[in-house]
Amino acid sequence: MATSVPFDPRVLKAPHPVPGAPDNWKRFFSFNTDAKVIGIQYMAVALLFLLVGGLLAMIMRGELITPPADLVDPTVYNGLYTMHGTVMLFLFLFPILNGFNNLLIPPMIGAPDMAFPRLNALAFWLFPLFGIILMASFFVPGGPSGSGWWAYPPVSTQNPLGHFINGQFLWILAVALSGVSSILGAINFITTILRMRAPGMGYFRLPIFCWTALAAQTIQLIGLPVLTGGAVMLLFDLSFGTSFFRPEGGGDPMLYQHFFWFYSHPAVYVMVLPVFGIFSELFPVYARKPLFGYKVVAIASFGITFLSLIVWVHHMFYSGTPQWMRNLFMVTTMLIAVPTGIKVFAWLGTLWRGRIRLSTPMLFCLGGLFNFIFAGITGIMLATVPVDIHVGNTYFVVGHFHYVIFCTITFGVFAGIYHWFPKFTGRMYYEGLGKLHFVLTFIGSTLNFLPMHWAGLMGMPRRVASYDPEFALANVLASLGAFLLGVATIPFILNIVSSWARGPKAGPNPWSAIGLEWLLPSPPPAENFEDDVPTVISGPYGYGLGQPLVEHQERYVARAKEA
Amino acid sequence: MTPSAPPARRFPIAALVLIAAALAADGAVSLWMARTSHHWLPVQASAAAPYVDDLFALETGIGSFIFLGCFAVMLWTLLFNRAPKYDMEDGDPIEGNLKLEITWTIIPLVIVMLIAIHAIRVSNTLATIGPKERVLGGEQALQVAEGATATGAAPAAADYGPIEVIARQWSWEFVYPDGTRSGELHLPVDRRVRFKLISMDVLHGFYVPAFRLKQDLIPGSVIDYSLVPTREGRYRLRDSMFSGGYFSTNQTDVVVESAGTFERWLADAARAPLQESPNAALQLWQARLAKGDKGWATVPPAPPPLVNVIHDPTAPHEG
Ligand SMILES: [Cu+2]
Repeated sequence: MATSVPFDPRVLKAPHPVPGAPDNWKRFFSFNTDAKVIGIQYMAVALLFLLVGGLLAMIMRGELITPPADLVDPTVYNGLYTMHGTVMLFLFLFPILNGFNNLLIPPMIGAPDMAFPRLNALAFWLFPLFGIILMASFFVPGGPSGSGWWAYPPVSTQNPLGHFINGQFLWILAVALSGVSSILGAINFITTILRMRAPGMGYFRLPIFCWTALAAQTIQLIGLPVLTGGAVMLLFDLSFGTSFFRPEGGGDPMLYQHFFWFYSHPAVYVMVLPVFGIFSELFPVYARKPLFGYKVVAIASFGITFLSLIVWVHHMFYSGTPQWMRNLFMVTTMLIAVPTGIKVFAWLGTLWRGRIRLSTPMLFCLGGLFNFIFAGITGIMLATVPVDIHVGNTYFVVGHFHYVIFCTITFGVFAGIYHWFPKFTGRMYYEGLGKLHFVLTFIGSTLNFLPMHWAGLMGMPRRVASYDPEFALANVLASLGAFLLGVATIPFILNIVSSWARGPKAGPNPWSAIGLEWLLPSPPPAENFEDDVPTVISGPYGYGLGQPLVEHQERYVARAKEA
Repeated sequence: MTPSAPPARRFPIAALVLIAAALAADGAVSLWMARTSHHWLPVQASAAAPYVDDLFALETGIGSFIFLGCFAVMLWTLLFNRAPKYDMEDGDPIEGNLKLEITWTIIPLVIVMLIAIHAIRVSNTLATIGPKERVLGGEQALQVAEGATATGAAPAAADYGPIEVIARQWSWEFVYPDGTRSGELHLPVDRRVRFKLISMDVLHGFYVPAFRLKQDLIPGSVIDYSLVPTREGRYRLRDSMFSGGYFSTNQTDVVVESAGTFERWLADAARAPLQESPNAALQLWQARLAKGDKGWATVPPAPPPLVNVIHDPTAPHEG
């Protein structure tokens, strides 16, 4: 211990890094059971894969900047888009949101850790494992899977080279392992929220982020076994000659589509619900107002969970789907607009007559909300059977879901990272770099994804390596936007790395936010409140109401400052 | 808070006028968006197209109205509800408003259900213009598919067809009732045409943007499909369901002609000798083999079908 900086003994004991403290960064590379270490592990690895997925996207956009397939072979393009989608979903978004779950759930509810810390660490360590498996598929003969992230048979079971170990095989293995990891995580998060809340924290005093985590993880528990079942059958068809989905042996390729979408539609809500949670946490902080209609917003999360499980056929309107089924699933899909609308209006109501501070997290929230309203409207269009018959499987869909997955979810993720950065690192980020990051990201994503809607309306199919010249303008714009998004990551990385290393020290509550996590020192000690868990006496968003959140609040505030 | 304006008390006429003016402006812009939306789409060349476009325009209008309304609220708060620098005060501690919350639950519910009811009506109308049916049953349907590639079936009375649409990795082949084969699809205008959609290998999508129609071809099934072309011209037919390796090259044209022109074309075609249609996938594949087979795994392209009339890839198309 060469440093002379005095550290709080609890902080030194913490198995997560404290800037300047000796040697504890090594804990990040170990099988550590502290949720805060696991949370940062998730986030760091996920952000690394964001760069991988983004790089793949930029090669794709390089290919698509001109109509013919001239940069890479079309088969390589197929592998790139398959891996781009897979990496972004399974190696970036799911893990980074699990990172948030790990960091936020225990402190937000006053728990010392997750309910099952070892299970938690196991769930995390599966992630680099299936990440490596997926990356390894780039190097097997024949290259990675090139059948899209849907992996629809028969294309996915064609196995052109006939090897047992092939890109598709490794892909299925990685996705199945990701499913196992997610189920382990879901059990942990749900149990923790249900069983480990601080005294006084009833369900209607629970922060919305925890509500949405609960709603999202419920979907994981219901949906993932179905996807895993479908994946196992696909693996058998691919590797062991069965014919669950192969027409030659009496199977039906449509069956797979039902298995796949039964999970993969709700999967979008697994990702978007926690981001709704982040929006619901951040708007009150930066508008200095209580969340408008807290209870309704909380319950709407489970409305979304329920509806998300009964809409999957909207991905199959132009397949072999009979008319009655199309109509039924059109209605259920459109109903999702109601609980989502409730949330959007609640956020607008929260902004109304607030005292808005445009810090970087707030900018990303506002941008994300703006984009999400747009995405919701194109979503209703896609739910409409006759319109979907035209724009389904075109770039309109690509534009729509990137507005959801990037322009809403990833915006929310960035907002969350900036907002809780001081809490978990003990350092402030640089506001200027953060704002630059936002401006570049907003312009880049609009340029990238807005013209795609137009290309799709004109009839450009998705997943193409080459296209007719009439789509050139939209594609040039999209490619420029994609490259700008690449540039936008530079201020982000610079900000995170340099702030963590030598940013100004952050106090326990730099945003004057309300919430149990803000009553802890920054970074919080290993066991959060340890044995002295506060008793919650009011709701989570009492801005302007002048009520303390917990009993003896001054004592906790004072102690956090001392640390 | 600035103490001057206790807002809940007075709801002045000025505010009402402002809101009315904003709604009127929002409505006007949305109407304009709905009208403009027709220009974002290709030409209308089938009986289904006007229905689809009108529905899309309706949704564009309603969507614009909602989007602009929400945006206006955001913009208002950003302009007038900003905290001055170093101001650490809180905003109005409004926790909710039950009436408002019920309103914004009911109104979207009513809007989407009205859209859904209308869309079901349109969808059912389209189903009568161009009905479709999936003939199921793995092996049997495959046999139908095998048989269909050999000979044509008898045409129905008033409709034209059935034309067999055969998709392969990566080519399209069209077999007319008299047994004539072509690499581009010729159709008589203003007459219902029936198809049998057949895939020989993987999923494909029969997609003609100018028709606003799309239907997957499912190996192991034969899909009875129909549509009514309404405008003469040459339009793109694209594979819309990812079908592996050279998916993006799998496109050809639909040529919609007057009844007379179509009959003449068919008669000429019947006399033409069979030949290989130009196949972009095959050209790319051969180029790849010549360069040492670099790239990632794909099944080789199926041999291009022998047809009486080939597809001319250089002919300009309209949509
Ligand atoms: Cu969906």
